Amino acid sequence: MRGDGASGGADDGGGAEGGRGAGVDRDAGRDNDGQRFDRLPATADERRVEGRATREAVLDWWDERFAIPPERFERFTFWEKGAGKIWIFGDDAPSGVEIEALGLTFLRTRQEHWKPTTDAVQRFGRAASRNVIELDREAARRFAAGEDQAIGWGGDWGYLIAAHGLAGEPEPLGIGLYLHGELRSQIPKGRRRELR
Amino acid sequence: MVLERYEPLVEDVAAFRAACERPLPSVARVNTIATTVERTRAALDDAGIAHEPVEWHPGLLRLDGTTPGKTWPAFHGWLHGQEEVSALPARVLDPRPGERVFDACAAPGSKTSQLAALMDDRGTLVANDANLGRLSALRFNAERLGITCAAVTNRDARNFSLAPLGFDAFDRALVDAPCSCEGTVRKNPDAREGWSLARVESVAGVQESLLRRAVGATRSGGIVVYATCTFAPEENEAVLDAVLASEDCRLVEFETGLDARPGVTEWEGERFDPSVRQAKRIYPHLNNTGGFFCAKLEVAR
Repeated sequence: MRGDGASGGADDGGGAEGGRGAGVDRDAGRDNDGQRFDRLPATADERRVEGRATREAVLDWWDERFAIPPERFERFTFWEKGAGKIWIFGDDAPSGVEIEALGLTFLRTRQEHWKPTTDAVQRFGRAASRNVIELDREAARRFAAGEDQAIGWGGDWGYLIAAHGLAGEPEPLGIGLYLHGELRSQIPKGRRRELR
Repeated sequence: MVLERYEPLVEDVAAFRAACERPLPSVARVNTIATTVERTRAALDDAGIAHEPVEWHPGLLRLDGTTPGKTWPAFHGWLHGQEEVSALPARVLDPRPGERVFDACAAPGSKTSQLAALMDDRGTLVANDANLGRLSALRFNAERLGITCAAVTNRDARNFSLAPLGFDAFDRALVDAPCSCEGTVRKNPDAREGWSLARVESVAGVQESLLRRAVGATRSGGIVVYATCTFAPEENEAVLDAVLASEDCRLVEFETGLDARPGVTEWEGERFDPSVRQAKRIYPHLNNTGGFFCAKLEVAR
C-alpha cells in the first residue's frame, strides 16, 4: 500500500453508519442490517451478503499484514454489525442477534484498506511480528496523546502497529497510519491520554 | 443523619462514624486478560508509583495517592480503578471459563470486566444495563480492557428474556442492584442527600424483582449473587427474605477473606428467614473500605 494517501478513514470511533448499507444480496434477499450481528461467512463460497468480509479473509489479513497466525483466532467467532464493522466474540451466538455489543470491535473493512481498532491491537497485537513500529518513550507519549509525528520507517506504508517497551517487553499502543515519513496516531479521542 | 439509623447494628459506633468521614484509598485491579500482576507491578515500579497488594484478592493493588487512569498500565488496559470492596461479589460468584453468566446491572463495568477475567475471557457474559447512558461507560470499559466474551444488552433486567441469545438458562448470575448507596458515602459524601424511607422502599421493590428474575433465569444448581452498597436491611435481608419465600433457591455460606458481619434477622419489628445470617455485611471501619452487602444463593428446583 506504499504511497497510497487515500487510506484515511481515521474514524476508530465509527463513522457514518450504512455507507454501504445498500450491499444487498439479490439471491438471498438479505441486506446488511445496522442493528443486527450477522456471523461472517467462513469463505467466499458461503457468502450471501455482497461485499461482506469472510472469516477466511479476515484471518488472512491479520496474517499477511502483521504475521499473526490464524491459530491465534481459532477459538473466536466473527460478526458484522453495520456495513464493514467486524466484531470478535469469545464464544458462539445465534446469527442475527440484535443487541448492543457482541465482544470487541475488531476491524473496519468498509474502505479499500482495512483498519484494525485500537482495542483489537492492544488485545491481540502482542503476537504481531510484521509492520510493528517500535517507539521510544517520548514518541510513545506523543502517540498516546493522538499526535502525528515525523519518524523514519523502512517498511510498508499504511496501517502499522505502534509499540513501546513497558516492563521489559514490547507492548502495542494502537494503530498508526504511516505515510510520507509521518506516523499519524489513530488513537480515538476518548482513549488519548497525556502520559509521562 | 441517615447513617444513625444503622448504629444499633454496628458494634463500634465511633469507629463506624469516623470511617464514614474518611476518603477511600485509591485501589485498582489488574486486568489479567491483558497482562500479569507481575508485569503490571513492574510497570508501576518503573513509573515510581508506590503500590501494595490487597491481601484477600490477587491482583488488587492499593496505589499511593495516584489515580490509576493517568498511568501507562491503564492506557494499555492492564489496570482498572475499582473500589476494594466492590471486587467482592465477582469473587463470590466465581464464574468459570466457558460458562454462561448474567450481569444484570452491569454498568459502568468494573464488576463485568472482573467477571470476564475470572472466566479467562471465554464463554458468554451477558452484560445488561437498563440505562442507555450508563451503557456507553460499560461499553467503553469493556473495549478498553479487551473483553471479547461480553454480549452487551440494554433491557429491563426485571423481565429479561433469554430467547434472543439462543440458550435457556445461565450458569451464574450477579445482581449488583441499584440501591440507596449509603455505603459509598466515603467516595461520594452526597450519597446521603435525597435519602428517604419512601425511596428505600421503592428501590427495594425493584431489587426484589431483579433478584427474582435472576434466580428464574439461572439453571438448577447454578449460583446467584446479590450485592448492594447500602446498609438498609429493607434493601438487603428483606429482599432476600421475600425471594427465598417464593423462588426455588437457598442461601449458602461463603468465605471472603474480609472482616464481615452476618446478615441481620430482625429490623424495626420485622423478622427475616434465619438463613439470611449467611449473607455478609461489610461496614467501612472493618477493612477500611466502602460499605457493602453480599449474599450467595444456590438455585434448587
